[in-house]
Amino acid sequence: MKLKKKLAISDTGFVFDPHSGESFSLNETGTEILNMLKEGKSQEEIMTHFLENYEVDNDTFERAYMDFIAMLKFYNISEENEKD
Amino acid sequence: MEKKIFERPLIKKLQTGMPNKFGTKTEYDPITDIDGVAIKGLMAQYGSPLFVISENTIRETYREAYRAFSTRYPRVQFAWSYKTNYLSAVCRTFHQEGSWAEVVSGFEFEKALQNGVAGKNIIFNGPDKSTADLTMAINHGAYIHIDHFDELFLLNELADKLQKKPKVSIRVNMDTGIYPQWSRFGFNYENGEAWEALNRIMLGKKLELVGLHCHIGTYIMTPTAYGIAASKLADLAVGLASKYKHNISYIDMGGGFASKNTLKGAYLPGSDTCPSFDAYADAITSALINSSISPDHIPMLILETGRALVDDAGYLLSSVIANKRLADGKLATIVDAGVNILFTSFWYDHKVTPAQPFGYHTEDMIIYGPLCMNIDVIREYISLPPMKKGDHIVISRVGAYNMTQWMQFISYRPKVVMIDMHNAVHLVRENEDLSYVCQLEKHPEHLNDIKPL
Ligand SMILES: Cc1ncc(COP(=O)(O)O)c(C=O)c1O
Repeated sequence: MKLKKKLAISDTGFVFDPHSGESFSLNETGTEILNMLKEGKSQEEIMTHFLENYEVDNDTFERAYMDFIAMLKFYNISEENEKD
Repeated sequence: MEKKIFERPLIKKLQTGMPNKFGTKTEYDPITDIDGVAIKGLMAQYGSPLFVISENTIRETYREAYRAFSTRYPRVQFAWSYKTNYLSAVCRTFHQEGSWAEVVSGFEFEKALQNGVAGKNIIFNGPDKSTADLTMAINHGAYIHIDHFDELFLLNELADKLQKKPKVSIRVNMDTGIYPQWSRFGFNYENGEAWEALNRIMLGKKLELVGLHCHIGTYIMTPTAYGIAASKLADLAVGLASKYKHNISYIDMGGGFASKNTLKGAYLPGSDTCPSFDAYADAITSALINSSISPDHIPMLILETGRALVDDAGYLLSSVIANKRLADGKLATIVDAGVNILFTSFWYDHKVTPAQPFGYHTEDMIIYGPLCMNIDVIREYISLPPMKKGDHIVISRVGAYNMTQWMQFISYRPKVVMIDMHNAVHLVRENEDLSYVCQLEKHPEHLNDIKPL
């Protein structure tokens, strides 16, 4: 999954989407995932990173990740709806 | 390297110019223990969901209420409203503190007797008292609060039959300026019905009129309504003294004080708007003391306070079963406690707090119970930190009416534990099981054989 290119992500967990003019706030794990997605990391890479660094099991992470991605789509932050 | 605590990733749209009524961060801490007992341990040992009662909170609340009245009035007596919570452990705590019992059915009367309350310390209210119930009450010397004329006539008959003079009061309903006015219970003050009942009792001479009772409603936010009610009862007492030279021994103001729960649709939390015991006590005792009742015959003041005494002492612990996204993107969290055991969620926005540490980000969500029913909603709008399957929540202020109005539906009702004054945990009600649920059932013989399906 790809993020919109111009998306601005701050260290403190704020996201600005210049296309829509909308702003979002993220918690720490959300910021981390969004940054990794922006760097073009795959789901596997993100998963490995979290399992190594956080107190979380495979299923719990996957479940939370799915939900987070669904919200990115819901907010139109992913590029999926756009033409490349 | 130690691993970090995982919080579900969260993204939330910022609404500019629209202050969020819930705030962007949670203003409170997790509830990790109750009276010094860890919630994690409680749930590991007793299961989920689980009701927890704090004996300390019951006693402290009772003492606060008692002090508010007894510092303003010479003779005060509380009578524990059984219907509010009739778990024996709860009733016995109130009785140890000095409360009488206030009951509204034959079952509750028997339960009070079983809890060691003497008949002379039982107040018997309610519209449905059978001949057998009244006979029991008369034989135990309880105070019978007459609800309607049919009951008055039945009591006259029983007095003849049993050759006893039952001790009675009448329940009076009246306009106290609050809406809705409860006029279905008792005899009306304004239209003269109350006087008609009093005259019948006094002239009939078969019943001993000992008191006057009212219960003007429940979750009454205006102490002045109690002042009006107390004045009207005092007025009847003064009338009885002058007309019949008869002094009643008590005035019973019923229950109805608001608890700190937040009513649905209320803008401010109940903990900010709920009048103090002092405010109610002031309204009631000033009205009585300023009335024309003779100082030589000051009646005892009885209070049947229910929810305001026990709501804070009850907690419901529950676990997150699942999270899902609704079609509109809203987060729905499903927990294992449904409205069948949390009846009060129909009128309160109960406070829900995570039982484990959380970050400062929150998400608006809806909390569903586990029942396969659309009405099974614990909180319709709430902003909470993200929670994972297996996380625990604490639902606060559930001590009143839930453990009496709960119903068994599709699964078993949970255990109830009480934490005592020394932080020891006691199981005070077992969870149900298949044999408990089925023990009253029978089936006709022709249904014995079921061919293997
Ligand atoms: C006669 C009577 N007394 C006392 C109570 C307790 O009321 P509350 O819980 O509002 O204090 C009730 C409750 O309905 C009642 O009917």
